[in-house]
Amino acid sequence: MKKVWVIIHSYIKRNRIMIINHPILGPRDSAEFTYIGDAALIDRPDWQAEDALAQFVDYGYLRDNPAGKHKELWFHEQGDRSFLVVTRDTTTHEISGVELARDVARKRGRRK
Amino acid sequence: MSQVNRLTGGQIDRSQTLKFKFDGKNFEGHPGDTLASALLANGVRLMGRSFKYHRPRGALTAGSEEPNAIVELREGARQEPNTRATTAELFEGLTAKSQNKIGSLKFDLMAINDRFSNFLTAGFYYKTFMWPAAFWEKVYEPIIRNAAGLGSISFKDDPDSYDRGFLHCDLLIIGAGPAGLAAALVAAKSGAEVILADEDFNMGGRLNSERFSLNHQSGVDWALSTVLELQSFQNVRLMPRTTILGAFDHGIYGALERVSDHLLVPLAGKPRQILWQIYTKRSLLCAGATERPIAFENNDRPGIMLAGAMRSYANRWAVTPSQSVAIFTNNDDGHKTAIDLKALGVNIAGVVDIRLDAPDSDLYEVIAGGQVIDTNGRLGLTSITVSTPNGKTRCLTCGALGVSGGWNPNIHLTSHHRGRPVWNDDIAAFCPPIDGPAGLSVAGAALGSFTTTGALLSGAKQATEALEELGFKTKKAVLPEAEGTITKMTPFWYVEGCTRAWLDQQNDVTVKDVKLSHQENFVSVEHLKRYTTLGMATDQGKTSNMGGLAIMAELTGKTIPQVGTTIFRPPYTPTAIGAFAGRDRDKDFRPIRKTPSHKWAEEQGAVFVEVGMWLRAQWFPKSNERHWRESVDREVLATRNSVGICDVTTLGKIDVQGSDAAIFLNKIYANGFAKLAIGKTRYGLMLREDGIVMDDGTAGRLAEDHFVVTTTTANAVPVYRHMEFARQCLWPDLDVQLISTTESWAQYAVAGPNARRLLLKVVDPSFDISNEAFPFMGCANITVFGGLRARLFRISFSGELAFEIAVPTRYGDAMMRRLMKEGEEFDVTPYGTEALGVMRIEKGHATGNELNGTTTALNLGMGLMVSKKKDSIGSTLSERVGMNPEDALKLVGFRPVNPKDPVPAGSHLMTKGDPVDAAHDQGYITSACYSPNLGYSIAIGYLKSGDTRKGEIMRLVSPLAGYDHEVEVVSAHFLDPEGERMRA
Repeated sequence: MKKVWVIIHSYIKRNRIMIINHPILGPRDSAEFTYIGDAALIDRPDWQAEDALAQFVDYGYLRDNPAGKHKELWFHEQGDRSFLVVTRDTTTHEISGVELARDVARKRGRRK
Repeated sequence: MSQVNRLTGGQIDRSQTLKFKFDGKNFEGHPGDTLASALLANGVRLMGRSFKYHRPRGALTAGSEEPNAIVELREGARQEPNTRATTAELFEGLTAKSQNKIGSLKFDLMAINDRFSNFLTAGFYYKTFMWPAAFWEKVYEPIIRNAAGLGSISFKDDPDSYDRGFLHCDLLIIGAGPAGLAAALVAAKSGAEVILADEDFNMGGRLNSERFSLNHQSGVDWALSTVLELQSFQNVRLMPRTTILGAFDHGIYGALERVSDHLLVPLAGKPRQILWQIYTKRSLLCAGATERPIAFENNDRPGIMLAGAMRSYANRWAVTPSQSVAIFTNNDDGHKTAIDLKALGVNIAGVVDIRLDAPDSDLYEVIAGGQVIDTNGRLGLTSITVSTPNGKTRCLTCGALGVSGGWNPNIHLTSHHRGRPVWNDDIAAFCPPIDGPAGLSVAGAALGSFTTTGALLSGAKQATEALEELGFKTKKAVLPEAEGTITKMTPFWYVEGCTRAWLDQQNDVTVKDVKLSHQENFVSVEHLKRYTTLGMATDQGKTSNMGGLAIMAELTGKTIPQVGTTIFRPPYTPTAIGAFAGRDRDKDFRPIRKTPSHKWAEEQGAVFVEVGMWLRAQWFPKSNERHWRESVDREVLATRNSVGICDVTTLGKIDVQGSDAAIFLNKIYANGFAKLAIGKTRYGLMLREDGIVMDDGTAGRLAEDHFVVTTTTANAVPVYRHMEFARQCLWPDLDVQLISTTESWAQYAVAGPNARRLLLKVVDPSFDISNEAFPFMGCANITVFGGLRARLFRISFSGELAFEIAVPTRYGDAMMRRLMKEGEEFDVTPYGTEALGVMRIEKGHATGNELNGTTTALNLGMGLMVSKKKDSIGSTLSERVGMNPEDALKLVGFRPVNPKDPVPAGSHLMTKGDPVDAAHDQGYITSACYSPNLGYSIAIGYLKSGDTRKGEIMRLVSPLAGYDHEVEVVSAHFLDPEGERMRA
């Protein structure tokens, strides 16, 4: 029985089947990607801030969970290894935007 | 028995006879038959027993919505349970068995359940098996398990293969009835890439079951000529025997093609089934409609079927379930069945129409305003009892009854994205939701357009609209003349006063159960479904849901749309697990990774263990060794006394290059890396952002801008992902590049007092590997055997004088063989992961067992390594109060007070005199082994304030394994605590 679940699980995982329009490579099957999480992970706090610990606790543990548009990180692990920021509607799975995470990070002021 | 109920005509090939077996008896049929049609032709109405009450049952339908005629098809390893006889194509040598019986189909011992039906109502299990509680596991559950379940499996490996495939198209047309064929004609001529899929083996849908004509052609001939025309288009792919299982995201559909199910054995090289993933720009659902029954007392006897199905059997398969049939209907469509069967010479015992204004007929008797109030016949229908509007009852003798309660559009796929079906009063049925899957249109009967003309027109119209939106030019479709009379219907769901009237025949849910559900306040449709199991069988309630909803609506005083409906999920029809698994089974379930020295290790008789998909040698048994411990002890002692070799290729290797490489590693590792000198290696502790240890390994600096990072075997992929995240998302402007080189280098640990002597014979003399020139933790690019490039690291997991030497992968096998040959004079010994484990426990080195996802640097005794002077991942959160308690767990060693006692991993540690419970738990053992150097078992593990408790005698307990004895807390460094050996 356990094996059956493993098969079903691996099918579901491989057949999440959405299409992600990679900014460099064009439309790719989502099975090539690994889902990482909320794109808020880009906004890592400043370790020297006065309230750094509190900020890191928020960063590490608190996520918005919107029913609707959600910016999230997808890693093209079976591809060119780009991290992408995908804007996806969590209620319909409609994808309305795809950017390189590196570009988004720079826009949000991240440097070295 | 000959084919007593075979009629004239039909779409079967009478020139050939096919022999088949059902429940051990021999029968004959023809190509074009299904198992159900062939059985009916042979006068067999009884095809199975019901799930709960074991009532005798026959085919209710002629298609994939069948709830009753469910059989085990084929024999031996190919035996497949829960196959619908109504869709199983007949082939020479087919064997099938009925299900849900103990004994024979005609005398089923479990039919006793039917006598106790008063007790076996909805919620029976919830209410009954409550007491005594102890009875559940030993008494109730085994009995229930034995009685439950649909069909049985062979427990043998499936000998057939299943494939997975990918298709792309502009327009996917689902269903090849009149709407689908008209749509396909329009699409074919537009030049678009088209896929037309139909679950049936003959395209044409309902056209194959009716007698009316299209343009002076019969419907069957028009369908056939249209399919032939479509075949001539290069841009059209026809897929019969293909069920669209589900609508997924972004226009992707799942489809199951039954390539070989109509054959005894698949043709050579052909799979049994293919699971297709179809990528579409637009799609059109032309799935038709399903007839719904009417509930009345004892409406489930073999011989009682849907009127439309009865017409299909007569027109398509030239079969009648009996030579005398009656019809029970609330609409004009039921009358069509009587007309068609009469034309084929079948006696019509009467048409019972609930409508007082039912159309009259010269061909047969119509009982207008009549209702069927009961039926007779234990193993098959013999007569029906009819109430007439004047209050009398009549008995009609008949062997079959066709029932028609109207038709429901097949909207299943439109609900797969949670779209809520919309009620349509005109047809008293649910129609497609407005918020169905993006890009999916609906046409024909699936849209509620029940005439043939309507289907043709709407198919062509929807296809035209979809194609125009995609930018294709379409021509006006030329469609044939067809019937267009709207069928009149008066909604009617169940006969007043009936109780044992079946709604869901597959799960044995009756009108009485729905009433009970209402009485016990399970009135929401979702509760009704789960409490009674209505619609939860493998047919997903295709013929039963509406009846249940209608009764609940009446009981609650609401309308059906107010009550609402449950929605549908993929797959549309039951799908074999084998199809989902495809080729990913047995050893192909997941890939196996082998190191370059794998073949060599196999030649040595190595025993392998799987680690992170890699096969690693666990130990190398000698012919005289009977127990694995003998081999492992020998390997450990040989390494510690002379020299051993271990294949460490599987450890993750990540090349880090760029002018900011050192800055990058300084952020990745908790300890400092910015000032690591070129030619030096350092132990690195990697934290997750939450402060928990993620992995550990080493990083060697080969040049100012070039580091080589190693990870544990199991964490190679997550660590690489983590580093890419940091590089791209956190510090995007750092000049640093990463690449995984795990598979580019074969790497061997050469360990033991003679390690350097052995390597002197390998490393080219221009490189000085003396202790002075190449001390502990050194690293360098070198060459071996006269110019082959290699990397040398002086790192030690075993605690011995040790090196790790890496060569390009393609030289890995040769390197291993040469090391063994050159090492002969030192009795060099290959060692596996077990000996590696023993040696690292003797040294107190942490690995996966210790880095278990709850471990902090403090626990490992490495709290001071986490630099406070810089920003690294995890450094801030590792300072949280909760992670730094006074009595934090610390990694320490343990040895048994009685040297004969083991110290098994997983055991817990208790202070002497304390009770053995979770509240007094002091820690636990993570890794344990027998130390051949010390002569007793040793272990490492986590103990509260462990670093200050050395010398304390503790109780080691394992209530599970039954251990309870004393151990002493000691340093985790059992051997050479000063590290003199590895610095030698």
